[in-house]
Amino acid sequence: MTSAILNRLSGFAALRAFSSAIGMIAGGFLILLLLVAFFAPWITPFDVATQNLANANAAPGWPHIMGTDEFGRDVFSRVVYGARTSLSVSATAIGISVSVGMLLGAAAGYFGGMFERIVMTVVDLTWSFPDILIALIFVAIIGPGLTSTTFAIAIAYLAQFTRLTRAQIVRLKNETFVEATINLGATPAHVVLRHLLPNALAPVIVVGMLAVGDGIVLEATLGFFGLGAQPPTPSWGAMMSSGTAQLFIAPWVIIYPGVAVAITVIAVNLFGDELVRALDIRDRVRS
Amino acid sequence: MSMLRVQDLGVSIANIYPLSGVSFELERGEIIGIVGESGSGKSLTAMSVMGLLPLIGGQVDHGTIEFDGIELTSISENQYRKLRGGRIGLITQNPMTSLDPLKKIGPQVDDVSRLHLDHDKAQAKARTIELLGDLRIPEPASIYHLYPHQMSGGMKQRIVIAMALAADPDLLIADEPTTALDVTVQAQIIRLLGDLVKQRNLSLVLITHDMSVVAQTCDKVMVMYAGTAIERGGVHDIFNSPSHPYTKALIGCIPHGLSETVRLKGIEGTVPGVAQYPSGCRFHPRCALAEDICKETVPVFETAGSRAAACHFALGTAQ
Repeated sequence: MTSAILNRLSGFAALRAFSSAIGMIAGGFLILLLLVAFFAPWITPFDVATQNLANANAAPGWPHIMGTDEFGRDVFSRVVYGARTSLSVSATAIGISVSVGMLLGAAAGYFGGMFERIVMTVVDLTWSFPDILIALIFVAIIGPGLTSTTFAIAIAYLAQFTRLTRAQIVRLKNETFVEATINLGATPAHVVLRHLLPNALAPVIVVGMLAVGDGIVLEATLGFFGLGAQPPTPSWGAMMSSGTAQLFIAPWVIIYPGVAVAITVIAVNLFGDELVRALDIRDRVRS
Repeated sequence: MSMLRVQDLGVSIANIYPLSGVSFELERGEIIGIVGESGSGKSLTAMSVMGLLPLIGGQVDHGTIEFDGIELTSISENQYRKLRGGRIGLITQNPMTSLDPLKKIGPQVDDVSRLHLDHDKAQAKARTIELLGDLRIPEPASIYHLYPHQMSGGMKQRIVIAMALAADPDLLIADEPTTALDVTVQAQIIRLLGDLVKQRNLSLVLITHDMSVVAQTCDKVMVMYAGTAIERGGVHDIFNSPSHPYTKALIGCIPHGLSETVRLKGIEGTVPGVAQYPSGCRFHPRCALAEDICKETVPVFETAGSRAAACHFALGTAQ
């Protein structure tokens, strides 16, 4: 019975990432962060938008454990809600880039020829623009806000997933089992969706994981420049940005969201490295 | 009507012509062996019949391939896809890499009958388990749930055979089905293929470079050399009285009754590459009987009839 369960679990090789101390701590932190973000309304002691000018720039203590900002809003509550913004924007953006990138990359890799050249050229073009510039383009089109940020991050990472998937597919399509599947009368759609993509998935999962970390930084950067979340929506980047004004009178306003970004990104990267080890794909990811 | 009739088949890839002058016929229930060294065009012949030449950028340049009355060189890719796996099954060379490493083997076999016979999930599974039993796989119901890496090479080859058989094809093409297996398993697989042909009244094209396998199993033989067929005939005729010096040399290479003093025989030289096919008879640089005419004139290979050899000194003279 136990062996049957273990056998079943062994299918989820990704779970092995939790087997080391680092993986356990980093993964545990990320799960905690997800829970915090999800249950934010029940965790936060104060409303994120309610101003209390009489209590502005209060030092950390009780009941404001991370102090208050220049409008007297509770920093702790805003950091917790900021996790929501950061994680959802980054995850949505990377989700878009992974899905679109895998489809484009798979089609380019499988069909090859002129189609491949056109797709890869366009995708490489998007890669040659600085991320901030892409964000500015979206801000110019749809105005500043989380939608622009999401699209900007999605496009910034599209090339990476397209190229990664294409490389995997080009390698896989020459495998005998793919030829064997074609020999048995399978359609190109069946070959790509049922055989090629599942086999190309492992490195994409890992790079996607690491990209979520980079996406959080990019979201914070855009927020810092005022291109992302607009007030009063709490976002780590925007909070740091407003914190620069009172860096010397109320340093906690910039320190806590900064620390939140740093710890989250470190955890994402450490866990990503453990995933690489668990899925045994170092060669494929780092190439 | 013949199950498979190939006449004067020629293949081109870009502007090279790696295969030409291949003709053979196969009736229902018969096994034909296609033999030759590496690079002689055996697998290319199989790919032509399967319509897979576009995968390597090639096409049928001339000749006809008739399968059960259907001219394969002129049907569309969609029609071809229905035949592949449906009426023509291919057993690939290397069972180690012929199965998707991420899927359990049972569902992989299911896919074929679901695609070609419109079976639902339960029907396909029942059929797969029955088929695995037919292929003498012990405990098929539990084997069904294994991944490819949990099985031995001989087992995987049986799964590959099961996939080829899953949609009840009329014709099987086995491209060196035993090359990657060890000798005892080879014998089992070859015997299994022979039995399947008898039980299911299939036709089998057995591609191999092992003359002893041909002698055991086949009804007919076609010998290929450097991208062309050089001799064709019934298995007894070929082994008792080979007409072409190359066939004779190949048969001479079969080791038998080895004692310490006997050296294994080989054929001097190697098969020329596509770019260096010699003029005239392509075998003349390695042939002990070659004379001037062999360097200048390409010997004729009859496209019809059951017995033919492409040699100026064929039959009698070559003996």
